[in-house]
Amino acid sequence: MSIFRDAEHLFRLAGVYLAGTLIFLVVRAGVIPQSFGQYGHYRGAAIGEIAARPLHFAGHQSCESCHSDVAQTKAGGMHAHVNCEACHGPLAKHAADPSIDPGKPDVATLCVRCHTASAARPKGFPQVDAEQHSGGVACNTCHQPHNPAIAAGGAR
Amino acid sequence: MPGVEGFMYPNEVSLYWSVLIVLYPYVTGLVAGAFILASLVRVFRVEAVAPTYRLALLTALAFLLVAPLPLQLHLGHPERSFEMYLTPHRTSAMAMFGFVYLWYLMAVLTVEIWLDYRADIVALSQTTRGWRRLLYRILTLGSTNVSERALHIDERVGWFITLIGIPSAFLLHGYVGFIFGSIKANPWWSSPLMPVVFIFSAMVSGIAAVMLLYMALMRLRGQPIDMRCVDTIAQYMLYIFTIDFSLEMLDLVHRIYEADESFRSLDFMVHTKLWFSQVVLQICLGTLVPILLVGLVQVTKLSAPLRRRMYAVSGSLALIGIFAMRWNVVIGGQLFSKSFLGYTTYKMGLATREGLLVSIGFTILPLFILAVLVKLLPPWPQEQHAPRHAVVAGD
Amino acid sequence: MKITRRHLILLLPAAAVAWESILAGTPEASPNYAMTDHWWSMLIDIPKCIGCGNCVRACQAENDVPDGFFRTWVERYHVEDWNLANPQVISPDGGKEGFPSVAEDPNGKYFFVPKLCNHCADSPCTQVCPVGATFVTTDGVVVVDQKYCLGCAYCVQACPYGCRYIHPEKRVADKCTLCYHRITKGLTTACCEACPTGARQLADLKNPKDPIHAFLKNHSVQVLKPQMATGAKVFYNDLDGSVR
Repeated sequence: MSIFRDAEHLFRLAGVYLAGTLIFLVVRAGVIPQSFGQYGHYRGAAIGEIAARPLHFAGHQSCESCHSDVAQTKAGGMHAHVNCEACHGPLAKHAADPSIDPGKPDVATLCVRCHTASAARPKGFPQVDAEQHSGGVACNTCHQPHNPAIAAGGAR
Repeated sequence: MPGVEGFMYPNEVSLYWSVLIVLYPYVTGLVAGAFILASLVRVFRVEAVAPTYRLALLTALAFLLVAPLPLQLHLGHPERSFEMYLTPHRTSAMAMFGFVYLWYLMAVLTVEIWLDYRADIVALSQTTRGWRRLLYRILTLGSTNVSERALHIDERVGWFITLIGIPSAFLLHGYVGFIFGSIKANPWWSSPLMPVVFIFSAMVSGIAAVMLLYMALMRLRGQPIDMRCVDTIAQYMLYIFTIDFSLEMLDLVHRIYEADESFRSLDFMVHTKLWFSQVVLQICLGTLVPILLVGLVQVTKLSAPLRRRMYAVSGSLALIGIFAMRWNVVIGGQLFSKSFLGYTTYKMGLATREGLLVSIGFTILPLFILAVLVKLLPPWPQEQHAPRHAVVAGD
Repeated sequence: MKITRRHLILLLPAAAVAWESILAGTPEASPNYAMTDHWWSMLIDIPKCIGCGNCVRACQAENDVPDGFFRTWVERYHVEDWNLANPQVISPDGGKEGFPSVAEDPNGKYFFVPKLCNHCADSPCTQVCPVGATFVTTDGVVVVDQKYCLGCAYCVQACPYGCRYIHPEKRVADKCTLCYHRITKGLTTACCEACPTGARQLADLKNPKDPIHAFLKNHSVQVLKPQMATGAKVFYNDLDGSVR
């Protein structure tokens, strides 16, 4: 056909493009991640990967299952709602293997972080100027960290 | 904190989009603009600019081939960029990139160039030797039909390709404007005008680039410059620049008038951190001076050599000004805090992956590619006989 | 009570069993956790925050957050009298080591604002991801698939709250995951665990017994940048109008 003869190059071009598209579709089917689209426009497997990240904090329930006596002491005082790891740091390794000794927190830096007086903190929150309050003496000399109020029998 | 004034959200202090992201819209803008110039000949039948038709197409191709490179170097994982083709996210303007780019490269630009050059390609496949012969033979796709009918079909199809090429060019560059304009988190970017401003400034830059390349190449070949051609190109540059400038001024006046929560912070930024790049470089030197110079040519009678010099200066300043515009959008949009309480500094590296040297490299690379393309697909007749248009000294 | 070797012999197996019950499987396969049963959010009680920075440190320890970047941070506001439009805000190293002490200002007030990803229901950040590497899970947490992310940083630009960043070593987007790996195991987030005053509380909006429902009924709560209509799910009690 004469039209075909004169437009032959266009059909060849179209053929090249069609071949390219088909190759792309085949490659795509092979390379696209299996779980993609499972729950939405993302790799479904990612959810499991994100949820499988390692824990560094054990959570206070874990601490209390062994250290119930400390939990009881704490529950009666001002630090009742201060979780164990807020002061003791991440303890998941210790919870998984209690023979690992986590060590004690450094009182000199720990207590002042929350209790150094600053007008920025909420009114009514217990704050002191460490020098004026104790003349540089360590906080746990007088205060028992798990139940810090002195009047309530918390003094060491 | 060094480089930070006032307060910034902690994660905002370092800029995430570097000069490479300034370069990308600049390069695609040149592509779109050069193509629009070519379409003036093909679709709007502006015969006067015909001498730049093929050059404009080759310029567009040279820059289009370089366009994805700044993006690849910017990505944290360029080896994963193919994912944009595998699982494009339909709500993301950026996901369009892969397909719009591919469409424009393969379905518009290369097809148009191929159809326009096909007769020459077939001839070259028969007259050259060695690797060039092989290259041209591949480009013929095995068909050597250059009968009148075949060439007529080429011309009709080419016209149609150019026609759809115009909205395609707008899409290629307009979506970049939308990438910025659709971000409600950033008041410097968020605007419905953004895609429009990008497109018009792109056209200015592309037209200016082709005009300068045409004048330079004619000089290099020892050929006379067609004044009717450059006069007309400069006129179109002036019209589009006026529209572009009006749109940018509209945005500015609107911001100043409404003075919303972001205004004071942005105003301060423009007066301090962006003073040189926005007011001096983009607005004064990069827009007002070129508009004045080319405007002057329209209302006075000036000699051809003087006009050529004015076009060269205007074109160069326009190119610098449009680059500054991209810089002010991309970098400017990251210099201020979204809390509107502070500013940071952009520290551009020198020899780093996203640094100055790489950017300069990406700006020069298209010129090398263009040189190769001009050699392989000559835009003008090979023989040095009388040029197609009569030389008119001072139209 | 001093732990002796005898105690350890008794406690170790109990601890192991307790621990295992916490580490129960992946969420979608786990019999203990159904994604559709939860719609996670967080409640931040501004009057309770003392600016100690425990949450910032805990998050860094739990999630290996790189220095100089923050999945959560604390800002301190100083608002003078009626000048809500011009607060002075600081966040030294994200508040990680707390804040410097200040004296009382007779004409102004200070307060702390902890910030994190708001896990927006209509999140603008997941909207712009070109490949689907960041998304909202069925249980309402916005996360990043770091094996799929290109590191284009579009999501970082789209977040109105500045909670995202590009991880300097992994070169992918990173942000608060609401400790997804913890909350799917019945634990709370690291920041909530470490907060000494209960200023930060994880909340499950789909759980009718969650205390947040009573709290929302009885208090005045706000979200950050409500005009952005992001469907933010971090609720602030008593958030001042000056907060940016």
